[in-house]
Amino acid sequence: MSLDAGDTIELKVTPDPYVTVRYAGASGDFNPIHIDEAFAQSVGLPGRILHGLWTMAQVARAHTDAAGGPDRLKRLSVQFRGMGVMGEELVVSGTVREVTDGVAVLDSQAEQSGRRVIRNAVAEVQV
Amino acid sequence: MAVKTDAIGKTYPAVTYAVGREKVREYAWAVGETNPLYVDVEAARGAGYADVVAPPMFAVVYAGRAVTPALFDPEVGINFANMLHAGQEFEWGPLVVAGDEVSTTTTVRDISERGGMGFYELVTESRNQRDETVCTGIWRQIVRGAGEP
Repeated sequence: MSLDAGDTIELKVTPDPYVTVRYAGASGDFNPIHIDEAFAQSVGLPGRILHGLWTMAQVARAHTDAAGGPDRLKRLSVQFRGMGVMGEELVVSGTVREVTDGVAVLDSQAEQSGRRVIRNAVAEVQV
Repeated sequence: MAVKTDAIGKTYPAVTYAVGREKVREYAWAVGETNPLYVDVEAARGAGYADVVAPPMFAVVYAGRAVTPALFDPEVGINFANMLHAGQEFEWGPLVVAGDEVSTTTTVRDISERGGMGFYELVTESRNQRDETVCTGIWRQIVRGAGEP
């Protein structure tokens, strides 16, 4: 698949209520703020929140899907901001900034209901 | 009390992770990946890989356990209750597939303080059994209140 400067990519996914439980098991990150409602509230959160690295995995998936496979993604850098929650659609979007020597650089982000949960993401993919 | 910076440059013993086929499938399922390369052995072999391919972000599984000892190291001195995962960067080399053994070393690259917050930057380098660098990770943590008296 070709990506040219100015092209955009997008991925939408709505995390279900148990995604953090599956991700905790798969990743080994059992921080209770992700899997224990009462604990999360006890530390001042509205409830269980998404793992930042699960959300980053959605950003990665948006790029590997758009670029044609996992071997294409060479670098991904993100900043985590705010809290991702379950039950709200997560929208990953990115724009190709430039293509140089067969590598596309994309500026990307992820948001839920207009709140950015990942910002200033930069990806390099082989095109 | 300022943040402790003695641990800058400290490197931890390598942690080796054996990549299992079912673990790759479990991870792919947990993050919603449906590319057959991640779950279907025949599809992966048909594409030239020895076994199912780990999604790039599977790096959190093999490199994450090498980061934990640094996060809990009293010499680094992170107060977990106030820690936020602020940023993450990965750079990938050859893809990891089931059957690989990936060895990861963690180094404390930087510790600094601004505005009453501590900034901790850890770097992981992960190599496979052929000594190829499969992933370099930069893990950025912020600890609120770390620089307060």
